[in-house]
Amino acid sequence: MINKLVLENLKYRWVRTLGSALIVGILVASIITLIGLSRGMLEESAARAKGTGADIVLRRDTGGTISLNTGQISEKFLPLIRSQPHVVQAVGVLTQSVEIITAMNGVNVPEFEKISGGFHFLEGGPPKGPDDIVVDEPYARQKHLHVGDTLKLLNYDWHLSGIVEGGMLARFVVRLDTLQDKTGNTNRLSQIYVKLDDPALTDTVVAEFNKKFAGELKAMSIADLVAMFSISSIPQLEIFIKVITGMWVAVGFLVVFLSMYTAVVERTREIGILKALGAKPWMIVDLLMREAILLALVGWVLGVGMAVVARQVIVSVAPASLSVINVPDFWPWAALIALTGALLGAIYPGMKAARHDAIEALSYE
Amino acid sequence: MSSVPLTEAVPEIIRVCNLRKVYRTGDVDVEALRGIDLSIRRGEFVAVVGPSGSGKSTLFHILGGLAPPTSGEVWIDGIDLRKMSESQRTEMRQRKVGFVFQKYNLLPTLTARDNIGLAQAIAGIKTQPVGFDNTLKMLGIVNRLDHKPRALSGGEQQRVAIARALVNQPAILLADEPTGNLDTANSNAVLDLLRDLNQRTGQTILMITHNPEAAAFADRIVYMRDGKIVEKGGG
Repeated sequence: MINKLVLENLKYRWVRTLGSALIVGILVASIITLIGLSRGMLEESAARAKGTGADIVLRRDTGGTISLNTGQISEKFLPLIRSQPHVVQAVGVLTQSVEIITAMNGVNVPEFEKISGGFHFLEGGPPKGPDDIVVDEPYARQKHLHVGDTLKLLNYDWHLSGIVEGGMLARFVVRLDTLQDKTGNTNRLSQIYVKLDDPALTDTVVAEFNKKFAGELKAMSIADLVAMFSISSIPQLEIFIKVITGMWVAVGFLVVFLSMYTAVVERTREIGILKALGAKPWMIVDLLMREAILLALVGWVLGVGMAVVARQVIVSVAPASLSVINVPDFWPWAALIALTGALLGAIYPGMKAARHDAIEALSYE
Repeated sequence: MSSVPLTEAVPEIIRVCNLRKVYRTGDVDVEALRGIDLSIRRGEFVAVVGPSGSGKSTLFHILGGLAPPTSGEVWIDGIDLRKMSESQRTEMRQRKVGFVFQKYNLLPTLTARDNIGLAQAIAGIKTQPVGFDNTLKMLGIVNRLDHKPRALSGGEQQRVAIARALVNQPAILLADEPTGNLDTANSNAVLDLLRDLNQRTGQTILMITHNPEAAAFADRIVYMRDGKIVEKGGG
């Protein structure tokens, strides 16, 4: 019966219920989308690193692991690396940041294809001329590009020579010498990808490299690199998400607080009736808490739905700009966040209602 | 709570001795009840009549456990209200007392059936009392139970409120101006029902009213003025 009363109360004031649930839903959708975006971007980077087919990556020994450092390694290291035991191939890559979150990679394509097994071209072929560029399919789809088109990046006009399947190396691939020239990084690299004759020896070779090139290069297995593409491996991102989550809990709290506070004032007489019938204070608090929980759950369902739709819209409109993934494993956490905000928001109105004097409440107009 | 040894007065269901109630408004003490003595036997239908400010509503609130007395004795069905905590008075309201208010006080979000059921749920009672269907028939609301208050007339709402007050088989039914919001026809119907209920089931009823015509339906009339009982009539 109490649950029925809760349900009927929410139905009776359906505009406020829907409004409050929608706001909670928008908060839930926002946080799910933020997590989906963070993870999507990181997973995309991880997939690209994995897609190189290399076993080891070498970078400048600066302590940083996931930064787009341009030209920090001398090309002279390449022959040295190639001469190391178990190394089948080593390819130098220069990475240049484009449009803030996207990267253009300069690479010697024939050499790179030896470790990666080759790009899968959907249209055209590898960059041959100095201004040739290869883009991945999501970018081509988003920009409606076809082989032969010209695109402007880094203040240069590029000739589109090929469109490849996404998930390998980078969104944009050009010739290494071209990118070195255009970015003033002649004979410089950002990282070196290494293919071994026996992948089982990866950890041993990584240890060997780190010993041999200490202070100059830092080796890391691709598996370890991929594992680092997670939110928990990037403290700044983790803190940002926690701050945003905290703010959303606060907003959720305020929404439910205002909704419940208004409800308590509006329903003073009804609370008086319940008290006259013998309802104890905890029963009144319980009633409002249940309403808050139901509001949060309805908001959560709406929020999950909105997040799924938002992801679909983002993926359709900007497949190459923002990689958002569905994060169903995070949905229960989003529910917990919504419930926390809602329950915190219901405490004071609940206590206020429980403290109402029955006689005064019954005479409330 | 403690039981009173009413060996001589077993039929008494309400006993009030020298009841006083003082409200504090700002720095001023307002004496609402100034030494009330009242005895009501089980099965009586008593009307308390008095003008506004006579203290009848305060008496109603104290007898219903909605407010504590300042001093004096109040016994309801053998229970001493003076010694009861707020929580115990709340429990008493669940089963010992049934309220009927002037403004019906039904929850607008629930149907008539659920309004009645809610009183049971709050008291933790799961089944309807035996013969309650007959009570509903007598009240003439069997076909109106699935309607919400806004779909019911004033008379119907008050009859639902009476059903709600009776569903937990209270020792006393307290009615505060039960016809105050009704037209003459509906007022008479409700008063007839209360009298019928009293006569058929022996339900003890204490009705507060300022209307002498309504009071005439009771077995006995008690007159109040300025916080005191000024006359105890025979109805």
